[in-house]
Amino acid sequence: MNALRRRLLATGSSSLLLAPWLGTGLLLPGRVIAADWNRPAFTARSPGEALRAYGANLPQESREIVIGAPEIAENGAKVDIEISSQLPETRSIALFADRNPMPLCAALDLSAGVLPWCRLQVKLAESTRLRAVVRTADGKAHVAFRDIKVTLGGCGG
Amino acid sequence: MPEAIRIRTQTQGDIAEIRFLMNHPMETGQRKDERGQAVPAHFIQTFTLTHNGKVLVEGQLNTSIARNPLFALRARGIRSGDRIGVAWRDSRGEQRQDETTVP
Repeated sequence: MNALRRRLLATGSSSLLLAPWLGTGLLLPGRVIAADWNRPAFTARSPGEALRAYGANLPQESREIVIGAPEIAENGAKVDIEISSQLPETRSIALFADRNPMPLCAALDLSAGVLPWCRLQVKLAESTRLRAVVRTADGKAHVAFRDIKVTLGGCGG
Repeated sequence: MPEAIRIRTQTQGDIAEIRFLMNHPMETGQRKDERGQAVPAHFIQTFTLTHNGKVLVEGQLNTSIARNPLFALRARGIRSGDRIGVAWRDSRGEQRQDETTVP
């Protein structure tokens, strides 16, 4: 689906190509087609499995990626996380929380012109190691870690 | 109908910071209601951030994103009068898209 979508985008509005898709709801005017949700990566139960399914099996540790987070999160239901990368040609940023039931929290693909920086709010089940995985244009994956203490878990309740 | 997405942009020189808040319960599927019944998972799975209709960021999210989450991203080349759009789709297929004009 993803490859097909890229091809569709690349070929622009060639009506011949698009014709079979009319009426399928995939080409509603004014709506951007979002990529398919990566179910295997998001439902993986361990960090290793999630990393593999995300396509970043053995990322190289990098000091060029920084995770900003509180040392202690009083409430795991909403924790502010900031991720920045100094790696040239950063194309994607993903956040994993190792001890969450499903470690992969978010995966962002950045177009050219978007700075390699993001801020987001996550739920953390318990004290955990966070991993930020950055992919660069050369296809390599890089990772940084940060430990965070959680006083009150944010998944159950 | 899901609640509107709140989008704010703040420009500093060539760089704009875009903040958007997507109102959504982001149910994990692990929570129980007052009667002890499990609340089914219901969460935003994908979102797209656009600049004048062109994709800036495509995001995929899990149940572990906070309820009514706020996101912030930064991009170059955004000028006054440009349109910034955010669209999301959740695990039930519900969608919402909103747009703002850069002040």
